[in-house]
Amino acid sequence: MEQRLANTWRMPLNDNKFIETALLSDLRVDGRRPSDYRKLTIKLAKQDGSAEVHLGQTHVITFVTAQLVRPYRDRPNEGSLSIFTEFSLMADPSFEPGRPTDAAVELGRVVDRGLRESRAIDTESLCVLSGKLVWAIRVDIHILDNAGNLVDAANIAALVSLLTFRRPECSLTGEDGQDVVVHPPEERDPIPLIIHHLPIAVTFGFFSNENLLVIDPTHHEECVMTGRMTATLNSNGDVCAIQKPGGESVSQSVIMHCLKLAHVKATDITTKIKDAVEIHNNERMLRKIKRHSSSAAVDVCGATAGFGGKQNPLDGDDLECRATPSGQQHSKDGASKNFTGGPSSWYDTS
Amino acid sequence: MEYVSPEGLRLDGRRPMEMRQIRAEIGAVSKADGSAIFEMGNTKVIAAVYGPREVQNRNQQISSHALVRCEYSMANFSTGDRMRKPKGDRRSTEISLVIRQTMEACILTHLLPRSQIDIYVQVLQADGGTRSACINAATLALADAGIPMRDLVTSCSAGYLNSTPLLDLNYVEDSAGGPDVTLGILPKLDKVTLLQMDSKLPIDILENVMQLAIEGCKAIANYIREVLLENTKQLEYRRGV
Repeated sequence: MEQRLANTWRMPLNDNKFIETALLSDLRVDGRRPSDYRKLTIKLAKQDGSAEVHLGQTHVITFVTAQLVRPYRDRPNEGSLSIFTEFSLMADPSFEPGRPTDAAVELGRVVDRGLRESRAIDTESLCVLSGKLVWAIRVDIHILDNAGNLVDAANIAALVSLLTFRRPECSLTGEDGQDVVVHPPEERDPIPLIIHHLPIAVTFGFFSNENLLVIDPTHHEECVMTGRMTATLNSNGDVCAIQKPGGESVSQSVIMHCLKLAHVKATDITTKIKDAVEIHNNERMLRKIKRHSSSAAVDVCGATAGFGGKQNPLDGDDLECRATPSGQQHSKDGASKNFTGGPSSWYDTS
Repeated sequence: MEYVSPEGLRLDGRRPMEMRQIRAEIGAVSKADGSAIFEMGNTKVIAAVYGPREVQNRNQQISSHALVRCEYSMANFSTGDRMRKPKGDRRSTEISLVIRQTMEACILTHLLPRSQIDIYVQVLQADGGTRSACINAATLALADAGIPMRDLVTSCSAGYLNSTPLLDLNYVEDSAGGPDVTLGILPKLDKVTLLQMDSKLPIDILENVMQLAIEGCKAIANYIREVLLENTKQLEYRRGV
């Protein structure tokens, strides 16, 4: 995208011509047809609210966290959703430490617009005490490998992690009903977010030759292409956001064609996301059954009882003891507390 | 809230397909190579272009074409509540990027290798549609600076409220939370170069809204052409040709 940075990998002119000429006969360098998407793999950790998405070689990890905060003055009974991007320096030579590049800012804004402005996440249900306390949901997107089309991968990852995220349940007590109690996950089951629809971003690449159009461009194609358009749609065919920031100009009919194509792709991706989340939820249910099967389980979970209300409840230890089958509870007790591997431990440090 | 009355009038008395009054003025900044003020109703922006000039930062120089830079900023007094926003927040970074890429697509950069063109746009009064106004002002300023361009890019926004497509949203309509489409076209080639959309809208309605915005862009293009022609006549007259 940014061809002017000193560290950007420059495409040799031969490769450049090769990609464009091959495209004229509907061939792409990685063997896809112009309207094929790359292989999408969604991995979900045991822990709620984190997802790992591979789109071809592109690799993105997202984490969702929640915090109780004071709401904005103009919206006293709405929670908030904010998106933060983190470009790992090893992902691409053009990523530099320090201030985020324009591309990084744009990525965050496109994902943010698709999710927030289309009101995919119900923010009113995040209100705990009107004007005093609401949940602020924070999505951290980590780009680990850039092989092109970061926007789509980041969008899918953000969606999946929001779908699996669960916030602790809250209730109001006290004489005037103004005291907030946050229930730890072992006391009351955390509740998922209310998500109305799934806005899926689909990116297209345009080339200086008008007839060429690719979907889901790779890193190489991104160097060659002269225009880009990201359309965010849900499976009902509603357009949630479009971003075509200048570049190659195209006619209106091409844009409408792209939107129709994007709708088909969005439907496919929605099914994939739903399948992945369902498998995750089923596993979660099975774990829960084991947790309540013996009294010993309560004993072990007592180790994490001193957890503060405003901290994130999804502690590493706590998760381990839920996951351990009850029969092995005592023998594994020590091991589970020293457990340091897996995504849950890097969650704490992030 | 009712944005279109039963008589078919909007909050500020316009018809749904009516644009606000536009006014353009060339030559607002004396030191710049090209500059312009563009007004759409109460939205007022100023644009200045410096260049083509020598590249300031040598390692950014491109040997095959010109380097285009753009900086968008909003004056603190431009909005209703005076907010001191940090310079370079995410919104203005994104708008700068969008304006830069839109202008880059229409400037014939390959004619000006190893040079740099700076576009500065500042919002003086914000009343919705600042992005469009900035692009229109930048086009005028680039034309004033005599930079070779494919076409005059013009931009206009459109929305959809109370199941009516509305042209050129003002601040109240913009903050209603409805769909908002900002479009930038190359009027001679009849092609879309910039397209940004928010909120939720079915595909077929989006097509209508886009069509409306395209009509708006074309109207602005005609006006801009007239302004430029008038300006050129003035210059010709002053030279006594």
